[in-house]
Amino acid sequence: MEHKSKYPISHVVGFLFSLVLTFVAVFVTLKMNVSYTIVMWIIGSLAVIQAGLQLFMFMHVTEGEDGKTNVMNMAYAVFVAIVIVAGSIWVLTSGHAAH
Amino acid sequence: MGIKWNEIFVGGDPLLVGSQIAIVLTVVAIVVGLTYFKKWGWLWREWLTTVDHKKIGIMYILSGVLMFFRGGMDGLLMKAQTARPEMNFLDAQHYNEIFTTHGVIMILFMAMPFLIGLMNVVVPLQIGARDVAFPQLNALSFWLFFSGAMLFNISFVVGGSPDAGWTSYFPLAGKEFSLGIGNNYYAIALQIAGLGTLMTGINFIVTILKMRAPGMTLMKMPMFTWTTFITSIIIVAAFPIFTVALALMTFDRLYGTHFFTLSSGGSDMLWANLFWLWGHPEVYIVILPAFGIFSEVIATFSRKTLFGYTSMVVSIVGIAFLSMIVWVHHFYTMDAGPAVNSFFSITTMLIAVPTGVKIFNWLFTMRKGRIQFTTAMLWALAFVPNFVIGGVTGVMLAMAAADYQYHNTLFLVAHFHYVLIPGVVFAVFAGLYYWWPKMFGFMLNEKLGKYHFWLFTIGFNVTFMPMFFLGLKGAVRRAYTYSAESGFAPLFLVSAIGSIILAIGFAVFCYNIYWSFRYAKRNVSHDPWDARTLEWMTASPVQFYNFAVVPEVKQLDAFWHMKKRGETLTLKESDIKKIHMPSNSGLPFYMAVVFGITGFFLVFEAHIAAAVAAIGIVIGLVIRSFDYNDGYYVSVDEIKRTERTWRNVEGGTENHVG
Repeated sequence: MEHKSKYPISHVVGFLFSLVLTFVAVFVTLKMNVSYTIVMWIIGSLAVIQAGLQLFMFMHVTEGEDGKTNVMNMAYAVFVAIVIVAGSIWVLTSGHAAH
Repeated sequence: MGIKWNEIFVGGDPLLVGSQIAIVLTVVAIVVGLTYFKKWGWLWREWLTTVDHKKIGIMYILSGVLMFFRGGMDGLLMKAQTARPEMNFLDAQHYNEIFTTHGVIMILFMAMPFLIGLMNVVVPLQIGARDVAFPQLNALSFWLFFSGAMLFNISFVVGGSPDAGWTSYFPLAGKEFSLGIGNNYYAIALQIAGLGTLMTGINFIVTILKMRAPGMTLMKMPMFTWTTFITSIIIVAAFPIFTVALALMTFDRLYGTHFFTLSSGGSDMLWANLFWLWGHPEVYIVILPAFGIFSEVIATFSRKTLFGYTSMVVSIVGIAFLSMIVWVHHFYTMDAGPAVNSFFSITTMLIAVPTGVKIFNWLFTMRKGRIQFTTAMLWALAFVPNFVIGGVTGVMLAMAAADYQYHNTLFLVAHFHYVLIPGVVFAVFAGLYYWWPKMFGFMLNEKLGKYHFWLFTIGFNVTFMPMFFLGLKGAVRRAYTYSAESGFAPLFLVSAIGSIILAIGFAVFCYNIYWSFRYAKRNVSHDPWDARTLEWMTASPVQFYNFAVVPEVKQLDAFWHMKKRGETLTLKESDIKKIHMPSNSGLPFYMAVVFGITGFFLVFEAHIAAAVAAIGIVIGLVIRSFDYNDGYYVSVDEIKRTERTWRNVEGGTENHVG
């Protein structure tokens, strides 16, 4: 869809963002003096952001014939995964049942 | 091989010995009959190896009828046992086994194959396709389902039935409390059948997304196709949860792991949680296609287009979404705390909204329509009030605080029978009466159909209405008897009498199939109901390639508008091109056999034998991956010959278009 512009601007932006995100993750892990849990949360979040970024910038999930379907598929998969994992943890660890 | 042969055949109980003798005699009769009439070759070529979606659908439906009989017998035995207080007809263990197999069989081996069968027969025709996207995978789906169903069914004579309820809750279902192999059947047989269902889901998603006739956009699809599509998506989302849960159960029971056990850090409620994460969507997997059937039947026999098509689609999608986030309402009494219970109360009650929208849409479709009271339409009409009773009691059960009173009583049992029987069984009957001519080329007798309808509907209400009141008085489910002092006796007796009327209704249905097969008029038109959707454009029974020329769709109810334009039977022979069709394959049947054998050994915990049998599965996969058979072509001449035979049949299409 976006192939009209000759300069692959989205690739460059995606590449730069990926570099930044990776270096931030390295910096957080090696140089910041915070607890292990916080480090895991930060680099975990950065990883998810970067995966999403690459899907859109490099893998063109929104483009082509099946673009819409791809996005809906992923949104649905994320929804189902959250329901099953987060839902089960919530249900089984709250209230009297867990104690 | 580690099999305890003395455990295999269950003896002693005269009911079981009688069943064993009956099974052996039936098998002998079938084998002798097939040999005497020289039908083995026909059976193999026409049915066992077929990849034709219509034949696969018919085999699903036939399995559904058989399983309805089996599950119904279980139901009758339960009703006989509880007809009077302190009866000694069945003992507690036998009763446990029977309510377990009744539940599993009615949901997974009766409702599912009936609906998947109708989906198979109808959906490719409704969207103008020649078959499903993956015909051989479709055959594999059926045969795996059949293999699982048969494995589950032999349990009551070979080795002992599962006896922990259809929900098979831990810790009862675990090795700690159920030592016998009965519950292994549950874990293994449902796993095999579930594989088949999952493949069906994938198959229909692809079929509906990729194989629609030119011009048929998503919003021009018939409603049954829509509900099948959404159902398939729920199948793909929900069945893997069950697959995993059953695998963990298998590990717990066969290999001594501790996922769901009480000891060593297992969590018994994790099973309930995973079971219902699948189990609730499963309820919608069976109810949504049924809604689709009612939509087609009501639109056809009200002779109007479906009211509120868009809102119907939105409500199906809404129901599918909500179906994933209501599962805890099955175990409020686990006491997960007020936040959890409130959340799931609200989501559960929310489901009543899209369902209500659909009910009103059906009523408005009928409003000012010229209603024809055919048998199919009667089922659809009876569905509305009966299902509303089920739905409203469902909203009562949805209130977590009140549920502490209803939980595990017959009130709940009455509720889900009021949802599943009008919702699914009535729909299946409506669908069978409606599409029967398309499947077999003759109609089911309408007069017998009406006897069937009235007996079944009255019997159903007499059986299950008293159970609401028994439940409110405190009668618990799954109890094999009760005392005379409880005061439950009169209502239990009424319920038992109702179940006999219900059974007679089903017997009339079976007789109707027999009668119509023998005597019904054979030259029915291709469109006997003056219907609205594309499947009625084909011959009755449908020619094996479905459409000589794939129709072009311009609007909703495409066939209806074609009839109005007078273009249905006009077929320019010059338009006919050769048709590419898939070849038959014996591989799916072979896979069912090896899966069945492997499953059987696993049930008996004969691990080495199971591993050896599983090599057969791998061999099947290897053979399949070297299968380069790309199908064959039907020649233009053959198509012309076939089309000329039925396009001259009387009672054609252009009549009666309002």
